Amino acid sequence: MNASQQEQSVGIVKPERYHFDDALTLRSGKVLASFDLMVETYGELNAERSNAVLICHALSGDHHAAGYHSENDSKPGWWDSCIGPGKAIDTNKFFVVCLNNLGGCAGSTGPTSINPETGKHYGPDFPIVTVRDWVKSQVMLADRLGIEKWAAVVGGSLGGMQVLRWTISYPERLDHAVVIAAAPKLSAQNIAFNEVARHSITSDPNFHGGYYLEHGTTPKQGLKLARMVGHITYLSDSAMRAKFGKDLSHFGANFGRDLRSGTLSFGYNVDFEVESYLRYQGERFSENFDANTYLLMTKALDYFDPSVDYGGDLSKAFANSDCKFMLMSFSTDWRFPPERSREIVEHLLQAKRQVTYLEIEADAGHDAFLLPIPRYIRAFSAYMNRIHRELTANAS
Amino acid sequence: MRPDLQLIDKFISPGSRVLDLGCGDGTLLSHLQNNKQVTGIGLEIDEDNIEQCIDKGVDVIEQNLDSGLANFQAGSFDTVLLAQTLQALSKPEQLIDDMLRIGRYGIVTFPNFGNWKSRLYLATRGRMPVSRFMPYEWYDTPNIHFCTVKDFDTLCREKNIRVLQRTVVDSEHQGSIAGRLWPNLLGEIAIYHLTREQ
Repeated sequence: MNASQQEQSVGIVKPERYHFDDALTLRSGKVLASFDLMVETYGELNAERSNAVLICHALSGDHHAAGYHSENDSKPGWWDSCIGPGKAIDTNKFFVVCLNNLGGCAGSTGPTSINPETGKHYGPDFPIVTVRDWVKSQVMLADRLGIEKWAAVVGGSLGGMQVLRWTISYPERLDHAVVIAAAPKLSAQNIAFNEVARHSITSDPNFHGGYYLEHGTTPKQGLKLARMVGHITYLSDSAMRAKFGKDLSHFGANFGRDLRSGTLSFGYNVDFEVESYLRYQGERFSENFDANTYLLMTKALDYFDPSVDYGGDLSKAFANSDCKFMLMSFSTDWRFPPERSREIVEHLLQAKRQVTYLEIEADAGHDAFLLPIPRYIRAFSAYMNRIHRELTANAS
Repeated sequence: MRPDLQLIDKFISPGSRVLDLGCGDGTLLSHLQNNKQVTGIGLEIDEDNIEQCIDKGVDVIEQNLDSGLANFQAGSFDTVLLAQTLQALSKPEQLIDDMLRIGRYGIVTFPNFGNWKSRLYLATRGRMPVSRFMPYEWYDTPNIHFCTVKDFDTLCREKNIRVLQRTVVDSEHQGSIAGRLWPNLLGEIAIYHLTREQ
């Protein structure tokens, strides 16, 4: 952490473990008798307990959304661009809560935890949890923290899906829903990419049917490949051209075809920068993430469809969602493109809900929601300020 | 507040649902929310305007009116507004149909091209009129479908749209007896309160 990183940062933060002894019945019918959630909070809860904001994380996120864990930390939490003093989610105004979801691998109960029934790692026996189950556990956390109503529940991508679930299942417990770069449910193409990721993990010889920890190994190659595929879907063609196209030929842009060593190898090793980048990203990820968690998270994505309880009509799902909605999407996001957000908006309008919706021009693809894109940050800040004004007006 | 917006205010019932097409910086909706407890949503494409709407606590959807309003259900609003935007639409007729499908009432305001000043300008100078209310040159104007009060009356008649009230005002936004007698000649801004209901 350097001086410029300290400015506008929540600084050094310490995660806390919350233990729950209440049984949690999951959508699959299975029951978790007890569980832990790893939680970070930033800012102060006000006397009325009305300024709390819940952050829901996406596929590979965790409770560490902002700040640093130590002085030596080089990288802040995953959404530090948007959470901190003076940032879009201003920690001078809001009490911000972020947790690692159940089934995660950053400290909350998940496949790498010890199964109390067997004394061994859960591994593949950890029950599949869904977005609905996550939100159920988040409600239990809110109860524990004494937060009756969130000023806002906020999330991007899979996080945005959790926000939608909050508005449908617990509408009385939030004032605002901020849903960024999300979709009402996955498309066949989305599921197909998830299936490739899962297949690459389960076909790794070190997978051992998911019991790899019992064998003292991990399906590293499979997880790496899964992440490489995933990473391509988070970026856009234009973002990749810019990122890997710094060398200008005499024709101008080179379409992102920068060479690693300036010359072709005429072999099957890395020739282009993009190859090296994907390998590096996959490698780093496979060292820090659990393969069973990755499988579980992709299933939670695939299964998400809040319209199923309403005969496929999403607008009926929103019939009681009397919170206010703010949605944003990004022009080059082809994982959850603007059309998918517009679908949600259309159903919200059919349900006569109050909604604000912005389509942000951005080159970065799906990843844009994590980046400090000026128009995005300005609109996000303006909306969060509006929320804060409303809650101070209600208090007086 | 812009005087033509003040004139719109009287057509809006307290507590109603209002959709404002081309809501600008949200001034009117903000006023209606605070003073008439309406539930409002605005449509807008200008980035700065959208941010100002959010600042004012006005819900706004980034949507181009020229792409249609298929995402809005029939009868989902009490009143749909179209203030000073009609002349900039690529398919104004289609949008008016959509307005009165979505809303029980429609309010349309537009600069009256039949005003004597425009007529005089064109007649004496032989050039497209440029004035305080139509400040653009022909080549850079967003206004591609100017019409007159008489033109709009005809359109309403042909489409079987009921005009509940028609007001024309001059540049000071004052109505006058003469304006009621010769609206197409004296009115600079026309304000129509419309419905499909008979």
